[in-house]
Amino acid sequence: MSTPEPEQPAQTPGMLEDNADDLYEHAPCGILSTQLDGTIVKINATLLEWLGYTRDELAERQRFSDLLSVGGRIYHETHYAPLLAMQGHVGGVALDLRAKNGAKLPVLVTSTVKTGGDGQPLLIRTTIFDARDRRAYEQELLRARNAAEQAAEALEQERQRLQQLVAGLQQSLLPEKLAVPPGMQTAGYYHMASADQVGGDFYDLFPLTGDRWGFFLGDVCGKGVQAAAVTALARYTLRAAAVYDPDPAAVLGNLNAVLYQDYLSNTERYCTVIFGILGPRTPAGRTVIVTGGGHPPLLFLRADGSTDYVPVSGGPLVGVFPDAHFSVTTMHLEPGDTIILYTDGLTEARTSTPQQQYGSEALLAYAGRIAPAAAPAAVAALTELITGFGPGLADDTAIMALSIASDPLPRPEPDNVPAGRG
Amino acid sequence: MDIRVRNNVMFAGPPTGPVVMLAHGFGCDQNMWRHVVPALAVQHRVVLFDHVGSGRSDPSAWQADRYASLAGYADDVLQICRELDLPPVVFVGHSVAAMIGVLAANREPERFSALALVTPSPCYLDDGDYRGGFSRADIDELLESLDSNYLGWSATMAPVIMGNPERPELGAELANSFCRTDPAMASVFARATFLSDNRADLDAVSVPTLILQCANDAIAPPEVGTYLHRHLAGSTLVTLDATGHCPQLSNPEATTRALLDFLATRR
Repeated sequence: MSTPEPEQPAQTPGMLEDNADDLYEHAPCGILSTQLDGTIVKINATLLEWLGYTRDELAERQRFSDLLSVGGRIYHETHYAPLLAMQGHVGGVALDLRAKNGAKLPVLVTSTVKTGGDGQPLLIRTTIFDARDRRAYEQELLRARNAAEQAAEALEQERQRLQQLVAGLQQSLLPEKLAVPPGMQTAGYYHMASADQVGGDFYDLFPLTGDRWGFFLGDVCGKGVQAAAVTALARYTLRAAAVYDPDPAAVLGNLNAVLYQDYLSNTERYCTVIFGILGPRTPAGRTVIVTGGGHPPLLFLRADGSTDYVPVSGGPLVGVFPDAHFSVTTMHLEPGDTIILYTDGLTEARTSTPQQQYGSEALLAYAGRIAPAAAPAAVAALTELITGFGPGLADDTAIMALSIASDPLPRPEPDNVPAGRG
Repeated sequence: MDIRVRNNVMFAGPPTGPVVMLAHGFGCDQNMWRHVVPALAVQHRVVLFDHVGSGRSDPSAWQADRYASLAGYADDVLQICRELDLPPVVFVGHSVAAMIGVLAANREPERFSALALVTPSPCYLDDGDYRGGFSRADIDELLESLDSNYLGWSATMAPVIMGNPERPELGAELANSFCRTDPAMASVFARATFLSDNRADLDAVSVPTLILQCANDAIAPPEVGTYLHRHLAGSTLVTLDATGHCPQLSNPEATTRALLDFLATRR
């Protein structure tokens, strides 16, 4: 046994403390060396203390990956070890060590491969830093991120649900399929300006007695659920009133009285509307009696290709004045004639210049280019016009067209005539 | 979309040689095969690729629902075979890619002449008498590890690296780039991998099969290799003197020899 080295002079105590072996054993981080297969060959006291193992329990007995949590072991096998083998070093990977007593120890791990003079890998050196505080903070960040992601997802789902609800509600305020009186063609179109909000436009066409038909198209002021409630009220009031007394002026007077009650109770809801009755079918077409309150004029496309506005301002805005009176206009629809009802979203759409509205003159000119046109063709052309407005069309827009078929009694198809019987 | 770009398809070896397709598993990318390729490429046409969501695959091809199950990855393998008009291939699948190969070969057996399954497992979770080696809690721990480790990944660098597949030097400057994955994609792949159960698909395998397992593998223990050997009719089981889950890195010589021996029986 050799005698211990004489003590260093007292004036250099720092040198004593910084002895390399002591630094290795008691470094402020865990240090371990393993064979290439991970078998632990050397491990410092700091790491042993963190883990609660003795040197003999680990050295030559355990692999580094045995010290990891199971999830961490999979990560080690699928990421850490391959990276180390391919690039010779891996740095700053977060893993969990499993102490002897089962406790989890969050750490940051860095490894390098030590190679011999010929470049052959010899062993793996690993340093391990305590990362409890850092990991706790990262967990907080992760939790916050996950919560934000979930909230965003929930919001999106809620938005979709709302849009479905809005679309469903809007649909319920419009006829599922527009009725087609005998010898006529009809078409309707509704443009929703917003997927998130119910609009206040409405229209319908419905049978009365004796081949007479009621129809209306209107626009409740405002948007949203309150407007939708007024829309529903207007729609059902008009239908019920028409059955009770099919005089358009009386029907609109009725709606005015109902909405005025609402108006008084501070909801301040009113509407513009055109209401009309189609008379029974004759070979010459049908008579139409219309009235309106505060609504843009009807567009009349005649069979001969001429076009006109028919003013139907029979009375004031509906629902604002206690005793509004409405007067009627009578006209005649001949085969090939079409009337188009629309809401002001159409004429008030913004065109190329920001401040300029499409306007009623432009609409009449457009109608002139498509006339004569049966209801489906007219609505298709107007739909195309509306689509062309793009974002310029800020308001909901409803369109309904009614036309007397130009050939109300279709001839038999030539193919249907049995051969040899001509 | 060009499949070659989507899956970063690479080739080695003589164009007319018998085709060997190498598929990497969960974790890294086709670089896993770097020590094996030179020997295989002497006589074989080697086709390498990265699964979508891994390596240098095209990130715009990622669809979370498609790649949430191994069937999506198997579909990609078949698309690569179809698109490149490959003759029947020997498919070498590491780790989870072994089962991806099984699924692909069961769907279109005519495209495969044989399967070499490297450290495979048909089911990682314990289930009754079956010992896969892991519990659901273990897999959740792994998902946590993935969340805490954005290896070589940062959202700001990602577009630069991923958008320039023709300039690999951009990526090479980043540490850990071989295992670089968008953590969101890695998490989906991890679930698809470790929660899969493909035991019922083994019976349908009709092509010759090699099982290469390691003597010490924390992810696919020897019992799992034995299970596969029993359920894959006519399979060959070879146990390599290698440690860990990646014998092509920990013992590339033995792995290459075993693969070449298997390929020789296919000629």
